Amino acid sequence: MGKTFRKPEALADVPTHYCPGCTHGVIHRLVAEVIDELGIRGRTVGIAPVGCAVLCYNYFTFDFQESAHGRAPAMATGMKRVRPDLVVFTYQGDGDLASIGMAEIIHAANRGERFTTIFVNNAVYGMTGGQMAPTTMPDQRTTTSPFGRNVDEVGMPIKVAELLAALQTPAYITRQAAIKPKYIVKAKKAIKRAFTYQLERRCYSFVEVVSTCPTNWGLTPVEAVKWAEEQMLPYYQLGDLKTPE
Amino acid sequence: MEYVYRIDEDLCKGCGLCVSVCPKHVLEIADKVNTKGYFPAYQARPGDCVFCATCCRMCPDVAITISEAEEVSPPEKG
Amino acid sequence: MSKILMKGNEAIGEAAIRAGCLNYFAYPITPQSEVAEYLSRRMPEVGGVFLQGESEVAVSYMIFGAAACGERVFTTSSSPGISLMSEGISYIAGAQCPAVFVNIMRGGPGLGGILPSQADYLQATKGIGHGDFRMLVLAPASVQEAVEMVMMAFPLAEKYRNPVMILGDGLIGQMMEPVEFHDDLKVAPSNKDDWATNGMDTRGSDRRNLVKSLYLDPEELNAHNLHLKAKYEQMAREDVRYEAYNTDGDYEALIVSYGTMSRVCRTAIDMLKQEGVEVGMIRPQTVFPYPETAVREAAEKKSCKKVFAIEMNMGQMLEDVQRAVCGLRPVEWFGKCGGEVPTPEEVIDVVRPA
Repeated sequence: MGKTFRKPEALADVPTHYCPGCTHGVIHRLVAEVIDELGIRGRTVGIAPVGCAVLCYNYFTFDFQESAHGRAPAMATGMKRVRPDLVVFTYQGDGDLASIGMAEIIHAANRGERFTTIFVNNAVYGMTGGQMAPTTMPDQRTTTSPFGRNVDEVGMPIKVAELLAALQTPAYITRQAAIKPKYIVKAKKAIKRAFTYQLERRCYSFVEVVSTCPTNWGLTPVEAVKWAEEQMLPYYQLGDLKTPE
Repeated sequence: MEYVYRIDEDLCKGCGLCVSVCPKHVLEIADKVNTKGYFPAYQARPGDCVFCATCCRMCPDVAITISEAEEVSPPEKG
Repeated sequence: MSKILMKGNEAIGEAAIRAGCLNYFAYPITPQSEVAEYLSRRMPEVGGVFLQGESEVAVSYMIFGAAACGERVFTTSSSPGISLMSEGISYIAGAQCPAVFVNIMRGGPGLGGILPSQADYLQATKGIGHGDFRMLVLAPASVQEAVEMVMMAFPLAEKYRNPVMILGDGLIGQMMEPVEFHDDLKVAPSNKDDWATNGMDTRGSDRRNLVKSLYLDPEELNAHNLHLKAKYEQMAREDVRYEAYNTDGDYEALIVSYGTMSRVCRTAIDMLKQEGVEVGMIRPQTVFPYPETAVREAAEKKSCKKVFAIEMNMGQMLEDVQRAVCGLRPVEWFGKCGGEVPTPEEVIDVVRPA
């Protein structure tokens, strides 16, 4: 455990635009480490969402496409169908995937498209300034739910992993977290497993990763980790919800 | 085996997550800002470091590296 | 090469395959669902990709994903479906990817009708999506021409790294006419290694490619738009196509009409000729870039008193004709919408000089 540690080759040697303590950076590193370890950088194409992570294309050192808001799973479908030899993954936030892109993710998963999705759930729209997302917690204040998410008015937060796990098409559906080292280690295993299923052309793979947004939650990075662990994890339970076995 | 622990001061955004997860409480936030205006983390008690890399795993900016002694490259590497 | 009697929609599907495009993503919509039905059988036969998407929105991004990784790809839809694809088309133009979109127009707006119309002219040529960009738009007047235009569309899309549209109407899709597939129209795909995300190993490079349309820096975005604009000006210089009919001699009136409507006008012109009344016609084959010089010069003929824009809509190409004629002659519109196709007799009543 531990000893040497360095930036993966698949991650660019540049500072990121993410806010201090935003765990997008951790998730980027896990994906890059997995790509290095599987030796697939030369044939991997990532698809960036619209959201804070749109600029992730600057942080990876392999081919990238930048999608429209919510449409990455459709782009991934198009690419994977015409070039099944390429390793394809979408990297999406909760506004991108669970709101405007809900139809695209459900149908891509249901078709069993052989790409991988990294779904970062931080309970708000980050880039546009902290608005309520489909995953915003009950009573959680955001810039468009200033009195707290009123579930009587806008319903309960969507559990995307469970939603996709209900589909009958075989898939690997898991929920992880990037908020503390013990979760991060497990998250990496899950991401590696997801990409491995893709390399084996086995099934669609989906990794939801609970993540923090200190700036829009109005918390320090350390408080944000605490809030995520105490408020989000009981609702967004971690673990594999579905495996192709 | 000798290890070299390094926090890239200008990549660090002073988020403090490494400080909060270090099992040996080696790290603290500096009191002078880096080029970006953040107060970076640093090893307050380097002797206590066991090179477990927990901080490295937690760092969102991959600012912390641990390398083997002879593998370390010249400090001026940007 | 023998002629085959084929339904327009199926001929369009076959033409894409003959052009070397083996990737098709689509969503059913009358009056062009037969393209998907045909290709769902045909693409597997030729080792191609057929996929029915969950919506035209998704389909437009399947097209974008496939095009961005360097593969030839196309889709077909009809008016409401094309509206749903407009965001994707804008992204494809902004990211400079070649792709072909076929619009078999139906009556609008809204759900409109399922019968033929030309009511998406302005959408196709002026405002297909947000931002400063254009599509090269080809307008076939027969199933044979539709086949040829589909085959030409792929090299044109690659020449300009821009989406190209085939603007037909329900008749073009639903008619059966004898067609020939000219293999010489097939052009091998261009090399896309310098921009496509086809995988670094594929092109033996460790320089990665990035396909995107985001430019947060205003100067960069302005420069990008100027680069796109130069492409559209190049289209106007190099790829305007039109056909002139009965314009050698003198004529009292000039018709400007395209697609199915121009065939009705051709019959009207022939019938008037038997009455000793000469009427000329300019038929745009590209409606972007528009053949304004041709229209202008045809209107300048001394004998010509009046210009008519005749189209199956409420007067859309009319605006381009007015722009081309620029007040030199009076310009009038005539047309019907909702699926009714004006008859030669109706055209004659409008065009015959008083």
